[in-house]
Amino acid sequence: MRRFTWFNATSLTLGFVFLYLPMVILVIYSFNASKLVTVWAGFSTRWYGELLGNQAFLDAAWVTLKVAVASSTLATVLGTMAAYVLVRSGRFAGRTLFSGMIYAPLVMPEVITGLSLLLLFIGIGLDRGVLTIILAHTTFAMCYVSVVVSSRLVSFDRSLEEAALDLGCTPFTAFRLVTLPIIAPAVVSGWLLAFTLSLDDLVIASFTAGPSATTLPIKIFSAVRLGVSPEINALSTLMIAIVTVGVITASLISKRASLAQQRDAQAAARAQ
Amino acid sequence: MRRALLIAVPYLWLLALFLVPFLIVLKISLSDTALAIPPYLPTLDFTEGWAGIWGFLQELDFENFTFLTQDELYWRAYLSSVQIALISTVLTLLVGYPIAYGMASAPEHWRATLMMLVILPFWTSFLIRVYSWMGILSNEGLLNQLLQGLGLIDQPLIILNTNTAVYIGIVYTYLPFMILPIYAALEKMDAALLEAAEDLGCSRLTAFWLVTVPLSRQGIIAGCFLVFIPALGEFVIPSLLGGSGTLMIGKVLWEEFFNNRDWPVASAVAVILLLILIIPIILFQRNEQKQREREG
Repeated sequence: MRRFTWFNATSLTLGFVFLYLPMVILVIYSFNASKLVTVWAGFSTRWYGELLGNQAFLDAAWVTLKVAVASSTLATVLGTMAAYVLVRSGRFAGRTLFSGMIYAPLVMPEVITGLSLLLLFIGIGLDRGVLTIILAHTTFAMCYVSVVVSSRLVSFDRSLEEAALDLGCTPFTAFRLVTLPIIAPAVVSGWLLAFTLSLDDLVIASFTAGPSATTLPIKIFSAVRLGVSPEINALSTLMIAIVTVGVITASLISKRASLAQQRDAQAAARAQ
Repeated sequence: MRRALLIAVPYLWLLALFLVPFLIVLKISLSDTALAIPPYLPTLDFTEGWAGIWGFLQELDFENFTFLTQDELYWRAYLSSVQIALISTVLTLLVGYPIAYGMASAPEHWRATLMMLVILPFWTSFLIRVYSWMGILSNEGLLNQLLQGLGLIDQPLIILNTNTAVYIGIVYTYLPFMILPIYAALEKMDAALLEAAEDLGCSRLTAFWLVTVPLSRQGIIAGCFLVFIPALGEFVIPSLLGGSGTLMIGKVLWEEFFNNRDWPVASAVAVILLLILIIPIILFQRNEQKQREREG
């Protein structure tokens, strides 16, 4: 696969145009002065102003952010625990069921997850609102977190942990001082994944949110069902910008962290 | 003791919020619709002890499932979901393969950036990515403006609110799932094999068919499942880009629940959708396991 031909270049170019053009168009048209979304009528930041004045959107954004922070943090804790159990705990009663419950939500259609959780909340008489969305998002996000974290746990040298235990650490201290720093990049990316999954989710939130709690995706969905709107274009542009900056920053940080870890490992190897 | 606690917390969480809800769906799918709160019968009453549970079990039946097989709407919705998911998967493969191939052939110092470019859209909101096509595909949308401006067509093409728009939406949003496993398979391939095939007299195209495609088979299979499985239960794409003629089961379930408030039928629809999904999920698991064994 060493030859890079004109065919390869063309397919890459066309492929990336296909992937990015719709979003570029969306961003451009968010600065359109006209209310008609398909006719260009000059540059304007009018829709951003209207967006900031729209209390319903701001409220929904606030709810979404609260849900995302709470559920991704909970999901990271639970998911890391689950990963640790899957990789380190060996055999225990019901292990097959446990790993099944970790992997099943990854392939479960969202409509089914949402429906089943809603029926549970109604069954136990829990009022639907911010809390129920957090519970729902935590449940499916923890499975993604545990997959990310367990792939890191599998690949790391167990003797480091054993050395800490031999030197008199309690299991918890060994986890905090040895395991956690090593799996930290995976835990962070798990958290980020859980956070974006929560920000992004429409279907599960629609089932589990009551009338008192509307998230941004629910708001956007009900608005775009009626057609394209310039305000939504402005909102989308803001979300795309935040995600792009976030992902690039995160990847730079993790690159730096992995370089530092490599240096440490080399230094340790030399010291031996 | 600590170990037991470590296992118990995530275990109980998943039991309570994944397994139990699913059992509730199963139970309600066997119940009858009723004008009550909650809108189904029977409800389980533990105060009567075993007699209550027995009476409850006796009232469950497969009526909703019989109803699903009799009403043509559901049959057609399942069939057309499978059909739309299959066609979209093939289209995604046709679009994704050349991109993955191009990435694997690119100079090594580009590859990290190319990977990043493929993954980045995946982090952006799914809803927004679907929405971005509405402005392009509508009757007065940019695609029609462009084609009419070039004089290629007189009448605008009707794409939005048809199955074509649904195919485009699925290909667009699930493309990274197809590209990444194929790229992973192609990247591991040894370039010497292609050279050997050409030295032995294969044309480049024959070498591609006889060497490259079989060696990337695992990636192709994984990519196809990763697109097909979520596409089958898709709700957002058919409801935003599809039209009234687009029948997909995710949408039917949603409408059955929110518009008709028929919980037992919605639950039965969900149970059957899962039964249909189990086949590709098991095949996918097997494929992954085979690959792991080969590499391990």
